Amino acid sequence: MEQSHHGAGSGPKQRVVEVGTALLTMLFGLIVIYGSVLVGYGWSSDGPQAGFFPFYVGLIICLCSLINVVLGLREDPEAIFAEYSQLRQVLKVLIPACIYVALVPEFGIYVPSVALILVFMIWLGKYRWPLSLAVAFGVPAFFYITLERWFLIPLPKGPIEAMLGL
Amino acid sequence: MNMIAENFTYLYHGFGIASDPFNILLMAIGILLGVIIGVLPGLGGANGVAILLPLTFSMSPTSAIILLTCIYWGALFGGAITSVLFNIPGEPWSVATTFDGHPMARSGRAGEALTAAFTSSFIGAFFAIVMITLIAPLVAQFALQFGPAEKFAVYFLAFASFVGMSKEAPAKTIVSMMIGFALAAVGLDMVTGQLRLTFGITELLNGFDFLIAVIGLFGIGEILLTMEEGLEFRGKAAKIDPKVVWKTWKTLPKFWATSLRSCVIGCWMGITPAGATPASFMAYGIAKRVSKNGKNFGNGEIEGVVAPETAAHAAGTAAMLPMLALGVPGSPTAAVLLGGLLIWGLQPGPMLFVEQAEFVWGLIASMYLGNIVGLILVLTTVPLFASILRIPFSIIAPVILVICAIGAYTVNNNVFDVLMMMVFGVLGYLLKKTNYPLAPLVLAIVLGDSAEEAFRQSLLGSGGSIAVFWSNPLVSSIMGLGLVAGLWPLIAMGFSKLRGSSAQPA
Repeated sequence: MEQSHHGAGSGPKQRVVEVGTALLTMLFGLIVIYGSVLVGYGWSSDGPQAGFFPFYVGLIICLCSLINVVLGLREDPEAIFAEYSQLRQVLKVLIPACIYVALVPEFGIYVPSVALILVFMIWLGKYRWPLSLAVAFGVPAFFYITLERWFLIPLPKGPIEAMLGL
Repeated sequence: MNMIAENFTYLYHGFGIASDPFNILLMAIGILLGVIIGVLPGLGGANGVAILLPLTFSMSPTSAIILLTCIYWGALFGGAITSVLFNIPGEPWSVATTFDGHPMARSGRAGEALTAAFTSSFIGAFFAIVMITLIAPLVAQFALQFGPAEKFAVYFLAFASFVGMSKEAPAKTIVSMMIGFALAAVGLDMVTGQLRLTFGITELLNGFDFLIAVIGLFGIGEILLTMEEGLEFRGKAAKIDPKVVWKTWKTLPKFWATSLRSCVIGCWMGITPAGATPASFMAYGIAKRVSKNGKNFGNGEIEGVVAPETAAHAAGTAAMLPMLALGVPGSPTAAVLLGGLLIWGLQPGPMLFVEQAEFVWGLIASMYLGNIVGLILVLTTVPLFASILRIPFSIIAPVILVICAIGAYTVNNNVFDVLMMMVFGVLGYLLKKTNYPLAPLVLAIVLGDSAEEAFRQSLLGSGGSIAVFWSNPLVSSIMGLGLVAGLWPLIAMGFSKLRGSSAQPA
């Protein structure tokens, strides 16, 4: 991996991300307020309604997000959030991880796990197939034995495990 | 007086429970797992305990809590290993340990640094456990008279101290905390039986599980952060032999004053949430100012390892006190343990000492034994753990992802939780990069329901008047403390304005 740390790399500005995050939390706050209003945020005959507490929580989120937007705008306009090369590294983990997670409901935990470890070791780690295969099958097998056999905790399985009769 | 004697009898029985061979074995397993968790990037005390929590559902609560707390102690020890050898703090409170620990390792004194770190961790933890033994029952006794208003005031104080103590901007701390409260509110409202904030999505009926949040925020988020730095780890090798240990131990008594000071700082700060990190920095800073060798701090001074490690462990351990006695955890890991207690059907708080005395004292006794077992184990197995750290990240990362996914699934046997974990992971990365503290978010998810219940009950009692939180001296003084803690940034700003900025110490 060639990495140029502390170089004059370019990337998204910290300020933009700060403001973006603050706007995101504000949106979340608004959703919370909306949801609270739906179930009633006032005072009924038997005490505070279901939305009473979350309503104020949402209100505080919005107020503080507003402060964070202002503070974010006052940040150093030059500071960067992360270099593009660093973000690429993050995406290299994030994208396979997201695909992995998306596959779990359909294929269970074992097959996607084998695939994930293989992809990582061969594509990112540049390992040879034998070692990669050993780790990729060894780790799920370890969890199968410890969890399902010893602790009797079933993990999700997909069509392939069903075919193998596990 | 009578009560103290009674408690020592309980503690004696507790030792009987904790020194059961099976429980000692669990301690050793817990410590080893904990050190591995503390050493690996992406796994820390909080999410490590969260992932392993489902494995303990079939054990007796006492054995389960012994295993889980020992994982916590192990993770605390493990943080020191990465700080010293790799200059990577495993937990935020090990940051101060890197200042002098890593320079020592670079100059070939890794063994000394680690011995000093482990020993001071042990001393700090031990001091805190003695304090817990003596004070927790009194606090619990006192808290028995708390009504809903006082309970809410304690929660208020806990969360307000986050705002006051956190080094992040107060508005960010508050947003993070309130997101936690909002997430806790999703799902069935326990009081009215109404669904709220689910927007018709059936998966949200049960609300957000804090264990999923912990695994995502701390586990996945941490892996993403680590990836930024690339796949490479450059660490120093470490060997600890009895000679080094003995040699270091002989030098340690010299620093008794630093140790004692750090213990006190740690205990004091640990009781309030978010305490461990500021405690370690504070202990380091004061040691640097007071020590004869203060100028050499940062270049590999052994005292610079002793001070923060002692304080961090004292604080990490002291965080158990409010968790047990009041039901208010002092750290994210303590919050996860509290969640575990709830799952096992134990209600943390003052009644625990009355109704589950055997459990409480078994736990406290196991803290003594666990830390002794831990010190011996880490001193003898460091080379092993250092070699774990040398496994390349391209192997470790997918394995940790798999472990997190399995952990998230086993919480409720629900695949939707695995997806949620990923969402929390990305959120954790974003929040961490923009300096939002994650600990208050997690604590708020755990305590949200209880805090809301206390809030609503007190308002119900008063017919909706906020004045209930000022209705008697006890509740007013807790609320007052909370206000001071929460507004501390403003108060401190006011003070420094008054004195003029020239009075600022460097």
